Amino acid sequence: MRYATPAIVCGLATLIAFMAVGFGQDDLFRAHMWVLVLVMGLATIVLMRRVQFAPAGKVFAKIEIDQSAYMDDVIRYGVIATTFWGVVGFLVGVVAASQLAWPVLNIEPWLNFGRLRPVHTSAVIFAFGGNALICTAFYVVQRTCRARLWGGNLAWFVFWGYQLFIVMAATGYLLGITQSKEYAEPEWYVDLWLTVVWVAFLLVFLGTLVKRKEPHIYVANWFFLSFIVTVAMLHLVNGLSMPVSLLGSKSYSAFSGVQDALTQWWYGHNAVGFFLTAGFLGMMYYFVPKQANRPVYSYRLSIIHFWGLIFLYIWAGPHHLHYTALPDWAQTLGMVFSIMLWMPSWGGMINGLMTLSGAWDKVRTDPILRMMVISLAFYGMSTFEGPMMSIKTVNSLSHYTDWTIGHVHSGALGWNGMITFGALYYLVPKLWGRTRLYSMRMVNWHFWLATLGIVVYAAVMWVSGITQGLMWREYDPQGYLVYSFAESIAAMHPYYVMRVFGGVLYLAGGLIMAFNIFMTINGKLRDEVPLGDSAPMSGELKAAGPAE
Amino acid sequence: MAEKNEIDEFSGVETTGHDWDGIKELNNPLPRWWLWTFYATIVFAIGYTIAYPAWPGISGASKGLLGWSSRANVSADIAAVEASRSVFAEKILNMELAEIEADTDLLQFAIAGGSSAFKVNCSQCHGAGAAGGGGYPNLLDDDWIWGGDVEQIYLTLQHGIRYDADEDTRFSDMPAFGADEILERSDIVDAAWYVRQISGQESDAEAALRGQTVYEDNCAACHGDNGEGDHDLGAPNLNDAIWLYGGSHAEIVAQISRPQQGVMPGWAGRLSEATTKQLAIYVHSLGGGE
Repeated sequence: MRYATPAIVCGLATLIAFMAVGFGQDDLFRAHMWVLVLVMGLATIVLMRRVQFAPAGKVFAKIEIDQSAYMDDVIRYGVIATTFWGVVGFLVGVVAASQLAWPVLNIEPWLNFGRLRPVHTSAVIFAFGGNALICTAFYVVQRTCRARLWGGNLAWFVFWGYQLFIVMAATGYLLGITQSKEYAEPEWYVDLWLTVVWVAFLLVFLGTLVKRKEPHIYVANWFFLSFIVTVAMLHLVNGLSMPVSLLGSKSYSAFSGVQDALTQWWYGHNAVGFFLTAGFLGMMYYFVPKQANRPVYSYRLSIIHFWGLIFLYIWAGPHHLHYTALPDWAQTLGMVFSIMLWMPSWGGMINGLMTLSGAWDKVRTDPILRMMVISLAFYGMSTFEGPMMSIKTVNSLSHYTDWTIGHVHSGALGWNGMITFGALYYLVPKLWGRTRLYSMRMVNWHFWLATLGIVVYAAVMWVSGITQGLMWREYDPQGYLVYSFAESIAAMHPYYVMRVFGGVLYLAGGLIMAFNIFMTINGKLRDEVPLGDSAPMSGELKAAGPAE
Repeated sequence: MAEKNEIDEFSGVETTGHDWDGIKELNNPLPRWWLWTFYATIVFAIGYTIAYPAWPGISGASKGLLGWSSRANVSADIAAVEASRSVFAEKILNMELAEIEADTDLLQFAIAGGSSAFKVNCSQCHGAGAAGGGGYPNLLDDDWIWGGDVEQIYLTLQHGIRYDADEDTRFSDMPAFGADEILERSDIVDAAWYVRQISGQESDAEAALRGQTVYEDNCAACHGDNGEGDHDLGAPNLNDAIWLYGGSHAEIVAQISRPQQGVMPGWAGRLSEATTKQLAIYVHSLGGGE
């Protein structure tokens, strides 16, 4: 009876969630458990409709699953989830940016900026980025180990468990359930669930590495493994808290004061370091050489920059707390570790870009490869900007301003977004057995819309951030502050409007990608002039039909 | 091992002999500039940690050769600003408001300090430009409810308006003529037409005539026979074009029926006396002062 066990488990979970509604100690917890009842109930119904029973008196013929083949179904789901959450995350980002530009768009209480902002950050980092990392890790580890994913259906548990985490986290934010820790907002019970899912992810990944048929472990897998292990450690320590009630939504952190701040930014900075850098470098190390069809530039560089990155990144968190109650010595260490991190970060960019030597001509005709190249360029720019902003004198101007927002987005939109798009475009035809994508010209459109969107966004935030920083510190000859805080906010309005425009461009690119992927999965091929072919003469253009 | 490995055709560099799903690796050395820059950042980091507080020990951290401390720096900055202001600040504390205004240098200093304090403490209600709005008085015009000379402004600032926590707060309480059924609805409507008339706005002459009697019997005691108001009672002037809660007929009717009573906190005890004095002088300097 396929699907019987998961159907029973989901049914029991629905029942338990229903009881949690009944015994819940506060309104928010009860509301959140209603969400869980709904989600698990739906899952139960869907699974029950799929359960297959053996006809009376016969042994049900076991459906043969080829245990020697790669386990790709879960990756196909992962690709679709990545695309879906990407579009959702970009859309919420545009809404949140609009709320800053036009405060009237804040719809109280569920859809105000304070609640939508974590929905945006979690949707893009953990839902879009996380699904991308999980599905590419599963894809890469199988192929570079020549082994099927370990643990059978555990990979499915990781996938669906992670989606449940996303839904519970996001609905919690909208209800107003939060730990108030940036990028770690989910409350204790959602944190615990994520821990279970993450350990399962680690087991699947490690198990596959252990049963590999290759003598060595490929560099991409070092990065994926360091990402999974470190994120588990960060999540566990920063999430340490005491719930008010085991049936309540509120908990209190194990840390307080400056210790809490330091723990939080140790977590926050390394979420960037290990989730958004190490994990995505793993992605880069597989998809760039594959798409360029060139060997990786330097094995030695990959070793040195891997260990440099792993060792140095973990100490750099205090640079988020310059000029605060954090003792000076800790601030100094945060800064110097950030500066030493510059070259280890750039090692990844060098290895990625130099891998293209011998294939640079392809950048002209292959927009997928071009996406990967620009993602490496943005990676290099952000990992230079980061150490620079960690320098105290620079930080005294940039801290708390939009410059930080611009920095994060040039990294997130440029590096994480673009490398993910490149990987998705590489994966979709392979996973669904298509000769090529539905349209390469749409990839080209996506490339330009996204690039333009990032450039607008980052440039606008630089200008607004530096303006803010300068306004906050301007004194008159008598030593009095010249501007009120509200005046600096009013001065931001035009930049906030322009930022919305940059975000809309990026979202438009994401929608084109979703359409392109949808059509490719459906087996459609767009009739178009291949990129890089010389443009047809005007007379031929008509004959060529609906090319553009 | 070395001679067995494949040579990459394009670059002429030897590969490492590994092959993962078709991915090979070149055995290129670390780029020199990369390595030297990495070393340079490490050298810089070590030098910086010697110069600045950095190395943690059992009972504290190294102080650094430069003796730098962020707390000491902030204290020194604040002390320097206070020292540079001390002469003027002293004078402002000890002199009468009118005397300060007579001294050009002191006046300039007081306006700068008052403007800065206004942005932090007052602009939330009265607006960054002090133009008020929506029940918060405009401080730029010459219409003052509690008096607009610098001494009166200073008193208002110190004790606030209808501010429970201060016994000396300014207090006025207009009766709710409608809500408490002191007047008939029709009388209130008429009185509002009369107020429209004396403030030079479009009005219903017949109703205003009836309203005049209502006004004289019920309103004139505080707002004056001609609607000129009274600073001592905090009764606003009704015969000009300036309205705190709106000057339309409906808004005047609403205010008579169930008056809105604004509250301003007193700042004595929150802001220093010198700062409050500077604020009074700044507000007085905005143009509308009496």
